[in-house]
Amino acid sequence: MMNKDQRIGGRIAEWGFRIVCLAAVIIPLLVLATLIVDVAIDGAQRLSWEFISSYPSRIPEQAGVLPALVGSLFVIALTGLLAIPIGVAAAVYLNEYGKNSWVANIIEINIANLAGVPSVVYGLLGLGLFVRFAGMGRSVLAAGCTLALLILPIVIMASREALRSVPGSLREASYGLGATKWETIRQVVLPMALPGILTGTILSISRAIGETAPLIVVGAVAYMTFLPDGLDSSFSVLPIQIYDWTTRPQPEFLINAAAGIVVLLSVMLLLNAAAILLRNKYQKRMY
Amino acid sequence: MDGASPDSRSQSNRRALSDIRGERASGLRERVIEGGLFACAAASVLTTLGIVVVLFMEAIPFFFDVSLLEFFGSTQWTPLYADANFGVWPLVGGTLLVTVIAISVALPFGLLAAIYLSEYASERARKIFKPMLEILAGVPTIVYGYFALVFVTPLLQQVIPGMGGFNALSPGIVMGIMIIPMISSLSEDALHAVPDRLRESSYALGINRIQTIWYVTLPAARSGIVAATTLAVSRAIGETMIVAIAAGQMANLTMDPRESVQTMTAYIVQLSTGDVPTGSLEYQTLFAVGALLFLMTFAMNVIGQWFARKVRNQ
Repeated sequence: MMNKDQRIGGRIAEWGFRIVCLAAVIIPLLVLATLIVDVAIDGAQRLSWEFISSYPSRIPEQAGVLPALVGSLFVIALTGLLAIPIGVAAAVYLNEYGKNSWVANIIEINIANLAGVPSVVYGLLGLGLFVRFAGMGRSVLAAGCTLALLILPIVIMASREALRSVPGSLREASYGLGATKWETIRQVVLPMALPGILTGTILSISRAIGETAPLIVVGAVAYMTFLPDGLDSSFSVLPIQIYDWTTRPQPEFLINAAAGIVVLLSVMLLLNAAAILLRNKYQKRMY
Repeated sequence: MDGASPDSRSQSNRRALSDIRGERASGLRERVIEGGLFACAAASVLTTLGIVVVLFMEAIPFFFDVSLLEFFGSTQWTPLYADANFGVWPLVGGTLLVTVIAISVALPFGLLAAIYLSEYASERARKIFKPMLEILAGVPTIVYGYFALVFVTPLLQQVIPGMGGFNALSPGIVMGIMIIPMISSLSEDALHAVPDRLRESSYALGINRIQTIWYVTLPAARSGIVAATTLAVSRAIGETMIVAIAAGQMANLTMDPRESVQTMTAYIVQLSTGDVPTGSLEYQTLFAVGALLFLMTFAMNVIGQWFARKVRNQ
C-alpha cells in the first residue's frame, strides 16, 4: 500500500500532467487567435472598398486587390470544374467498383502518396506539363489545371468518405428492385452521399484558394493592370499579391499584405459557410 | 446428349437473373460507364507519372552539365552568380534546420494535445477542441509567413541577441504550430484505438494514470505516432511560403537558427519569381532541386503510410 504522502504527490503529478496536456491544446489555439487579431489590426488600416476595387500600384496607399481577387475566383472556378467531376468519378469507381481489386489498391496507395507531395512540386509539374509541353503559357488555364491536380487527391478522399457512409442495405434494396449498378449509384448512392461530397469538395477548393507556391512556379503575375479576360489570359491571385507585398522594402506594403490576408480569409470563410449551409439544407431534405 | 449440362444450366440461370436486373439490356452502357469512372481513378496514377517524368526529364540534362559529385559534394550553392557553384548541401541543410525546429515544436505539442484529447477530455471538450485545432492546418501558409515575418521575428529579436530579420527559428516555430494538428490528429486516432482493457489491467496492477500512459498506452500506439511524425516531417520539408517569406533567400550552410537560410522550396520560389530563360542551366536547377525534394518527401510519405496502414490493420 502506498503511504499518504506518495498518494498526494501522485495526485499533484496527475493534475500537473493533465494541465500540461491541456496547455498543449490551448497554447496553439491562443497563437491562432493572436495571428488572426494581429492580421486584422494591421489590415484594418488599409481595408476599404477602395482597396478591394483598385488595381495594384507603386504607391501603397493606392494599391488594391481587384485583379488578384477576380483572378482567384476565376482560377478557383476552373479548378473546381476540372477537379470535382474527375474526383467524384474516381471516388465512385474506388468505392463502388474497385473494392479489393489490386488495381484499386494501387490507385489508393498512389492517392495517399499524392496527397503528401509538396504543393511546390505540383507547380513544377504544371510548369513542365501545362505551361511548356501543352503550350498553355502562364495562363489562367494552366493555373486551373495545376490546382485541379493538386486538390484531386483531397476531393477523391473526401468523396470516398461520403460514399462509404451510405449503408450497403440501400444498394441491396435498389438491386432488389431491378436497378442496375449504375442506376443504383446515380439514383440511390450519389444523392445520399451528396451532402458529404459537397462539403468535402468545397473545403478542398477553399484550400486551393490559399495556395501560393504552385502558382508562383506556374507563373502568376504580381503586377496586373487589367482583369483576366479569358482562359489564356495572364493572371494574379490573392496569395501571390500578398506575397509580393511582403517582399517589398517599404513597411506600408506590409499593411497592404495584411489587408489582402483579411480579404483572402474572408473569401475562405464565405466558402466554408456555404459548405456548411449546403450540407444542412440537403441533409434536411434527405431525412 | 440433350439435357443441359449443370454448367450451361447455371449459366442460363445467371442470364435470367441478369435479365431481371436489367443488366443485359444495358450491359454495354454499364461497362462504358465503369470504364469512364476507372479512367478518372487512373488519372491519379498518371499524375504521379507526370510528376516523375517532368522532374527527371529536366533534371537529367542538368546532371550532364553538373556532375552528381559536385551536386552532392560541394558545399556552395551560388547558381545565379558569375562564379556558379552547384552544391546542394546549403539548401538541404537549410531545409533540415527548419524541419528540425518545426518538429521540435510540433511533436511535444501534438503528442500532449493528443493525450489530452484521447485520455482526459470529455466527449464535449473533444468535440470543441478537435475542429478548432484543425483550423490551424487550414490557414493558408502565406498567412503564417506574414505572421512569422511581422510578429514572431520581431518578438524573438527582443529576446535573443543576434537574431536576424530573416532567420530559421521564426519560420521553424510557426511551421511547427501549423503542423501540430497533423501530429495530434493521427496520434489521437492511434491512442483512441488502444483497447481499454490494456489501460484497465495496468490500473489493476496499481499503476497510476501517468505511468499507464507512458508505459502502456503510448507504446501501444507507437506505430500511429511514428506515422504522424514521419508525415509531419515530410510536410515540413515541403512547406514553402513560410520559409520563402521569413527565412530569407541566402543559401547558407549553418546550424545557427538565428541566421538566414534558404530551403529547397524557397529556392524554387526565388528562381520562379525572377526571369530565368527556359532551358538554361538555372532553369534546370529548378527541376534538379525539385526532384531531390520530391524524392525526400516521397520516401517519408512511403514510410509514414506504411506505419499508418499498420495502425489500421491492428
